[in-house]
Amino acid sequence: MLKGKSFEEAISELEEIVKKLEKGDLSLEDSMQMFKKGVDLSGYLSGKLNDAERKIKILLENEKGEIVENTFLEGE
Amino acid sequence: MVFMNHVMTVSEINKYIKEILSRDIILSMVFVSGEISNYKYHYSGHMYFTIKDDKSVLKCVMFKSNGSALKFTPENGMKVIVKGYISVFERDGQYQLYAEDMQPDGLGSLHLAYEQLKKRLESEGLFDQYQKKKLPYLPSAIGVVTSSTGAVIKDILNITGRRFPGVEIKILPVAVQGEQAPLQISRAIRKFNELKNVDVIIIARGGGSLEELWAFNDEKVARSIFCSEIPVISAVGHETDFTISDFAADVRAPTPSAAAEMVVPDKAVLMEYLCNLERQLKNLLAKNLEQKKLHYAKLMDSVVFRRPFDKITQEMIRLDNLNKYLHIGLISGIDKNKARLSTIAGRLHALSPLSVLSRGYSVAMKEETGNVIKSVNDVNKEDGVIIRLADGELKCTVNEKLHCK
Repeated sequence: MLKGKSFEEAISELEEIVKKLEKGDLSLEDSMQMFKKGVDLSGYLSGKLNDAERKIKILLENEKGEIVENTFLEGE
Repeated sequence: MVFMNHVMTVSEINKYIKEILSRDIILSMVFVSGEISNYKYHYSGHMYFTIKDDKSVLKCVMFKSNGSALKFTPENGMKVIVKGYISVFERDGQYQLYAEDMQPDGLGSLHLAYEQLKKRLESEGLFDQYQKKKLPYLPSAIGVVTSSTGAVIKDILNITGRRFPGVEIKILPVAVQGEQAPLQISRAIRKFNELKNVDVIIIARGGGSLEELWAFNDEKVARSIFCSEIPVISAVGHETDFTISDFAADVRAPTPSAAAEMVVPDKAVLMEYLCNLERQLKNLLAKNLEQKKLHYAKLMDSVVFRRPFDKITQEMIRLDNLNKYLHIGLISGIDKNKARLSTIAGRLHALSPLSVLSRGYSVAMKEETGNVIKSVNDVNKEDGVIIRLADGELKCTVNEKLHCK
């Protein structure tokens, strides 16, 4: 359910959940459910933020005219 | 000396004048400034016009071979400097300026070309604000169209790496100046659109003169930016440089570094925001639970729960009272009825035929039918008659009928 959700979507959903809880008129079960969903979203988002792997590619055309991706080395 | 007997033809005199002019060094290369008028672009490709100042005019012609190299389009009223030579068009006996090159007077021709293209593309709607696309908040991949060497690509990589390293960068290297540049740049933009492998495109070039940035004023480049379905950020030159690709793009970045800042959010800022949200989430849940607890305690505290039997005892007392009244009511009701009953029973008794009988009256009944005899006509002589007295019955016979009516 969470996979492929864009960062923007996920963070908006989390903001919505916080708003709903702030209003305070949810039943006990709903409050717990909302909280759990919020925690899931938060985990997903921090995963995306913590990805520090750099992927830099340079696109070149080969003899056949196709685009090939190579790793880019700075100072090339 | 008078050459009275040397009569020349028109052609000869025209030719002579042409020759004289061709020998003049100054006239073989002149720069003349004036205002264009009577401009005619002939279908042959040659341009015919006059240039004038406030006192006089000079006829000009610019042949196709020279005119095609012009970066701008001459117009009537334009102030120009024309470079060429003065010669004679013999057929018409007309001397004119044969233009080899032309420059707008005051503004450079490049600058003029820029203004003309900008106006034309603007009127076509290429720069319309409502056509511009929003940049993705967090792209998963960024396309960069720039030189693969130099400071620009380094800056872009450094800044995006600092802000948000997890985003993928795809570079399509191009020449950023020179003749090949416009074609390569527009091809690169179209390639990214074909592959659809990035969410946003940055076209970038460092600072330079108008000539050096010229590729980014090219019509091909502007059109491929406009047609791009992927949002394009134009980051060309310094803050004060404006190129046509800046106007056509979805967003103009004043410099390539600024583009790198606007294309990804700052991870540190986002992290902090996320932590805040998480904290709020936890606090709100605790708060909600606390509220529910208080509510429950309040309910428990009400009379209903502290003395739950209050209501029951109340009702029991009420029930007892009702019972008591019911009982009283019932008994008095019975007594009343008893009294009523004996009154009526007494009256009934008085009316009873049995009590009448006890007063000496008797009932005569026909033996045959058992019917009461009310009239002498009900019986005949010799009929059997039963006489009921208070204490029994007598069986009799009719002997005689008397008093018949």
